[in-house]
Order: sequence, then C-alpha cells, then structure tokens
Amino acid sequence: MTTGYNFAYLNEQTKRMIRRALLKAVAIPGYQVPFASREMPMPYGWGTGGVQVTASILTPQDTLKVIDQGADDTTNAVSIRKFFVRTAGVATTEETEKASIIQTRHRVPEAALREDQILVYQVPIPEPLRFLEPRETETRKMHALEEYGIMHVKLYEDIARHGHIATAYAYPAKVNGRYVFDPSPIPKFDNPKLDDCAALQLFGAGREKRIYAVPPYTKVRSLDFEDHPFSVQKWEEPCALCGSTTTYLDEIILDDKGKRMFVCSDTDHCRKSQEKAA
Amino acid sequence: MYVAVKGGEKAIDAAHRLLGEERRGNPEIPEITTTQIGEQLTLAVDRVMTEGSLYDRELAAVAIKQARGDLIEAIFLIRASRTTLPRYGYSTPIETSDMLIRRRISAAFKDMPGGQILGPTFDYTHRLLEFEASETPAAPVETGPADLDRTMPRVLDLIGAEGLIEAASSTSGEPGDLTREPLAFPADRDLRLQSLVRGDEGFLLALGYSTQRGYGRSHPFAGEIRYGEVSVSFTPEELGFEIEIGAIDITECEMINQFKGSAGVPPQFTRGYGLSFGQCERKAMSMALVDRALRVRELDEEQTAPAQDEEFVLSHADNVQATGFVEHLKLPHYVDFQAELELLRRLRREVQGLDQEAAE
Amino acid sequence: MTKPLLIAENISKYYDGRVACEKVNFELWPGEVLAIVGESGSGKTTLLKCLSMQIAPNAGRALYSLRDGRTESLSDLSEAERRFLMRTDWGFVHQDPREGLRMGVSAGANVGERLMAVGERHYGRIRSTALDWLNRVEIAGDRIDESPRNYSGGMRQRLQIARNLVTAPRLVFMDEPTGGLDVSVQARLLDLLRGLVRTLGLSVVIVTHDLAVARLLSTRILVMQQGKVIETGLTDQVLEDPQAPYTQLLVSSVLQV
Repeated sequence: MTTGYNFAYLNEQTKRMIRRALLKAVAIPGYQVPFASREMPMPYGWGTGGVQVTASILTPQDTLKVIDQGADDTTNAVSIRKFFVRTAGVATTEETEKASIIQTRHRVPEAALREDQILVYQVPIPEPLRFLEPRETETRKMHALEEYGIMHVKLYEDIARHGHIATAYAYPAKVNGRYVFDPSPIPKFDNPKLDDCAALQLFGAGREKRIYAVPPYTKVRSLDFEDHPFSVQKWEEPCALCGSTTTYLDEIILDDKGKRMFVCSDTDHCRKSQEKAA
Repeated sequence: MYVAVKGGEKAIDAAHRLLGEERRGNPEIPEITTTQIGEQLTLAVDRVMTEGSLYDRELAAVAIKQARGDLIEAIFLIRASRTTLPRYGYSTPIETSDMLIRRRISAAFKDMPGGQILGPTFDYTHRLLEFEASETPAAPVETGPADLDRTMPRVLDLIGAEGLIEAASSTSGEPGDLTREPLAFPADRDLRLQSLVRGDEGFLLALGYSTQRGYGRSHPFAGEIRYGEVSVSFTPEELGFEIEIGAIDITECEMINQFKGSAGVPPQFTRGYGLSFGQCERKAMSMALVDRALRVRELDEEQTAPAQDEEFVLSHADNVQATGFVEHLKLPHYVDFQAELELLRRLRREVQGLDQEAAE
Repeated sequence: MTKPLLIAENISKYYDGRVACEKVNFELWPGEVLAIVGESGSGKTTLLKCLSMQIAPNAGRALYSLRDGRTESLSDLSEAERRFLMRTDWGFVHQDPREGLRMGVSAGANVGERLMAVGERHYGRIRSTALDWLNRVEIAGDRIDESPRNYSGGMRQRLQIARNLVTAPRLVFMDEPTGGLDVSVQARLLDLLRGLVRTLGLSVVIVTHDLAVARLLSTRILVMQQGKVIETGLTDQVLEDPQAPYTQLLVSSVLQV
C-alpha cells in the first residue's frame, strides 16, 4: 500500500462533499446532483466519476470488484483495481458474490445483486437529453418541468426509419416515475436488471461533475411506446464456453475468414457456470 | 479451444517499464535534471503552473520531465497532485498595481507614467535559429536606470479617471471557487475568469483570434500588459491579521474594447481581463479577448459567435477534461460495439428480407 | 359567457432608449383574426414577441384567458405553465419555417412532437394523427418519413402549420407566414390558412406588411407606425375607408384592386 496519501486517495473533506451529493442523489432517484469533481490521477473519461464515488464510500472492511466490459482483467479494470489496492489496501475479488462494492464500466453483472452490495457505474455523459439539446441551461429546465417529449421524438424516428427502436446501449429510462436518466453505456440488455434491484446503484460522472443514484427496490422503466414495447438483445447461439443462453455475449473473431464465436461478457459468471457443469 | 484474452495486468506493467525506458532515451546522453528544466524551460513551467492551477516551479518541472515534455500530460499530473492537497484557506487578493515590474507595455499610448518597459520578450527578435548561441554563455545584460520599482499606475486607471471606461467590476460578494463547486450556467464573471485561467492556451488563442477576425468582434486594444512579481498574503484565522507568505510571478493583461452603449449606459470603453502565472503572455491576452466576448449578456449585446457562447467556451476549455474524454476512445468499447453490431445485422436482414419480398 | 381571449394593456418595449412599440391596447375575442400591419420597423414583430412571451415588455401586460376559465397576466404565470401553454394551447408560425421546425427529424416526428410532449405513447396513433394532419395541409402521406429539408418552401410552411395545430390550440401567432414564398405559392397557402381558421374556429394574431394578406384572413386590423397604433377597426372598414393619413397612403399605394 502506498503511503503519503489519505485512505483511498481523496482527503476526508472531499469524501464528505461527495457523500453529501450521494445522499441527495439517493433522496431524489435519477436526479443528477452536481458535485465538485476533483482531478484524479487517471484521465477524465476513464472512470474518474466512478473512482471518486467508490473512494468516498469505501471502508477498510470492504471487498472490491472492478469490471470493464463485464470482465475483471480488461486493462482499465486492472488499473482501477490496482489504484485502490495501492491507496486503500482493500481486499479485492473477481467473484460477484464476494464483493461488497462493484465498480463497473458498460455492464451489470449477470448474477442478481444483494442488499449488502453497492454497484458503482462509471458514466461518460450523464445527461440523457444531451444529444437532443446540447445546452445545460435548457436540459435543466426540461428535467425540472418533466418535459420529456423530445426523448420520444427520437424513439419515434427510430421506428419510422427502422421499424423498431434502434438504441442498443445507454438506453434511457425513467426512475421512480419522475426523472429520465442515462443508465450509462450499458447494453439495453442490462436495463431490466436495474429495475427493482436489491443493491444500491450509484452513478458517477467525473468530467461532467454529476452524481445520481437508483436506491434499492426502485422502479426503473425503459422508455418505449405502448405498441412498440422495450425489448432486449437475443443471440441465436449459446455461449461457446459455458453454454448459457440467458447472458450477454461478446463476439470473438477467430480468423480472417469471418469465423467467429460468442462467449459470455461476464467472465466471472461464465467461469462459475463452467465449474458447475464440470 | 478458445481461451479468453488474459494478462491485462502483465501487459500494463510491461508498458510502464517500456515508458520509463523511452523517457530516459539513450543512457549515454546525460539525464536532464528538473533544475535545468526549471531554469531553462521557464515558459513551459509557467504554462504548466497556470493551467495546472498550482504555483510550484519545482513540481511543474518534475511533471514536465515525467511527461516527456508533453505539457498537457504535465498539467494533468499537477492537477492530480493538487487534488490531494488540503485547503487551508484563501489568500487575500493580490494587488497587481504594486507589482515589481519586469515588463510593462501599452499599445494604447505612446508613453505613460512609468514608461514602456520591454523586458524579456521574443517580440522583436528575428526568428532565426541560433545554432551557436545556445552554447555560448550570454554576457550579463546591463539593466537600465534602477528605478524600475517606482510606482506604475495601471494604464486603464488613467483613462478611468475620465469616465471613458467602465469601472472594473468589483462584485461585493466572495468570488466562487470552481474547484470546490461545480460550474453552473449561466456563470458569473468570477467563475468564467477562473475557468479561462485554467483553460487550454491553444483553445483560447483560437477563440480570441476568431473575435479579431469578426466572429464576435469587439475592437480590442492592448491597454496594458504587465509581468513581474507580486506578493501573496494570507490571514490565518488564529492570528486575525494579514501576513505575507511569499511572492509569485504573474502576467496581467487588460484589454480595452469598444462599446456602443445600451439602454441605460452611454458609449464607453469596456474591459477584458487576462491573468496567468509566470510569463504566459499569449494566454493572458487570449483570455482577455475571450473574457470580453463572454460578457455579451451583461452588456446586452447580441450573441452571434462561438467565443460569445458561454456554455460552449467554458464546457470545452479545460484540456485535462478534453484530452481525457478524447483519449478514452482508446478504452475497450466492445460491449456497446456488440450491441451495435447485433442491431446493424438485424436492420440489414430486415432490409434484405423486404427486398426479397419485393422481388418475389 | 364569452370574454376576450387575449387582452393587451399598454404594452411598451424600448431598445437602447428607442421606442420599438408603445402603449398598445387591444382585445382579441375567440374566433377572431387580428392583423397587425405596418412597414418594417413599425414595431409589429416586437409587439408579437411581447404578446407571445418571447421577450418581456418594459411596461404594460398581456392577459390571457386560460382553458380553466381564469384570466391571468402572462408574466405572472410560472415557467412551467408558460411552457405548457406554448406547446398545447398556443401555436407560433414563424416566417422562416426552419425556426419553427426540427429540421433534423422527419415530417411525421415534427407533427407528432407536441402529442408526445403531452403524453401520447402509442406510436400507431401518433402516426395516424400525423398522417391526418399532413393530409389536411395538403402534403402527400407518403412523404411522412422525409426530412423537411427535402421539402419546398411552401411545403415546409404547411408542415409548420400542421405541427402547431395538432394539439388544437386556441390561439395562434403568425409572423409573416407567407413572407418568404413565391406569389403563386402564397395564394395557395393563404387559401389553406383561411380554410383552417374557419373550420377550426381559431383565434389568430397575424403580423404582416401585406395588406392583401390582412384583407383575406383577418376580421380586424391594427395599423402601426413608428411603434404606435395609429388606426384600428374592422378590416373591411379600415381598408375601404382609411382615416389616418398614413393608412390612406398605405392603402392607396399597395392595394390596387
């Protein structure tokens, strides 16, 4: 463990400031709470929001799991896990069941989470309205007045052009019947896992200086039309390693002749399934 | 049998070792010292301190060396280090009219009380590569009459006495601190200026330039540019009085801009303000141009140009934020890409299906 | 009991101390079409912007009779109420349709947006309503998925009208709606507008410099010069027998019927 820094890098003043923002975020599910995001020793856009949230809630007794694209051994997950080992000396794990805090980029673990777990998401663009309306002053008003018609304009356009909604990830949803929010760039496959989840879900956007939350057992409803209901991705073949037909699969290109295979994106879940089968 | 890619951790360690080697370069060439950087690459140090928001020449030199001369990377290192420092309090405002002047020029007047002092500048050098000069020790410069410490009133105060220029806005409230509170829009001038000081020199240069070329034109004159040393004071709570804690070099630029008047205000000159640590003159000037451009709301001007668009300028000026987000595209995105692949295949299948139907 | 839909009380707006419009008073009754005429710079567009709350007047106020029967000063409404009004009970037809349309999305989405904004969540219904409205403004249904970028100027203007009328607004503001169009296209649009106004019983405040437009569409007229209302009355009366010298000049020089 590296000395010379406070536990989990951030000083206590900063952690308190972030915890206050977190409390507000939990109190108003889906509302983006501005917070004074700090410069971190990793670049903006590489998980500084998630890292600050994790650093603020971490205790020496915690067991931390970090994933990126569902896997524990992707470079950025390794780098963030190492950061907390160095600055906080906490125990780490690759097993979803054993973790008390899971920091993630782009995926929700396949295994159902429990009440004693916290899932921390890294968020690049927290504002679901951003690409429809670039101005913060305007989007803030739209949230305040619950003016979300424009979100459906986008979905309408998708259906008019493609026959169905063509948003595959970062699929907007409404939390607790009030705020429309961006669940971060997880595939829409993962959206149903956010709904009524037992674990606390925290979202940190460092560069954009926003924190938001989905408290345990909160309603998260993906936006759709009555006659074009929300649906998730399906694959035609099972995972080539564990045989799962219910998980999100990555496509692996095997040679230059277009030969490919599909394997679970959640490496821990896949390994567990293989062990069970053996 | 396929085995998923492993070994991210090993690869990272190896990459870091390789980076260390590359940074060192050929081991037969003497290693550059941070003292040398601090003494000889002073303008690089100044920029890193300004945009890094931390006045520490030694740390800036360390950062430049560690970053292999990549100044944005060095700024990033300084910002990350600054994050961890506890905040004891705020200094009292520095007084630039008490500056120990090393350079002071005005383009608006031929001469003024205190005179024009050229100081160390590239301005009138011929840009010819001096192949030998770098090796020869320079003869000590004869400095002029040693009266440079005489009082030098600020040029804008001279015309201010006539009422020809707006008063320098002195909001009575405490200025905000955007490193403690997130920037909210619309932002007041105190926060805009803070944001601009930290902003990327290149970005502000381009924006300032665009105002000169007609995109948000405000007819600027360099009222005064001054560079030198000012003292910094602090009032510790337990003492209750002000003590001087050190001195810093800064550059200040005050632009004079045309203004045609509005509903309640007769025509007068307006101000644009720029400030930097060290001698970042280009930065201070660009900042002053952009500061003036961003004052459209308070001056009731029409917003037409990018440099006048507060949300656009302030949201994109920070190079640490910008480089992070641009470079994050290097991180794996294969889960999202998979989602797009699946969608695209489905869309294409459907189109082909329709074509077939049409053919049948 | 009927009462005025919109009341202007002493509305004044100054720019840099210069009068843009001053002390304008009128009442607009349900089903009435009021034309504000005058040359450019006479303050008619400023007045329209004050009435539709795009800019705040320096003095005076506009009162509006809400659907629930209350009559409120527009400046007293909360931002939420105002914005709701603008996307349900009001319409605004800009001279340049690009200002009133979302050029990046299809014609269908342009018409459907207001429906979705008030909570419609059934794609099929939104689409059939959009088709119906395209039909009413004489745009072929098979062009519903095209971007208005592909549309001619006249079609864009008709699309803008459909987009505004889909939520059955009670009051529509129009700013030189035929301004940028060829004469032949203008005639067709005016015809269409007149038909829609009559069948829907719309109340309209229309700004135009063209007395022919005013004659064709409006029931009452308000003549402005240098920011002030110099003459007002029933359109036919004012145009047949103008009282103010400026109006006389306007009528004699423009209206060679």
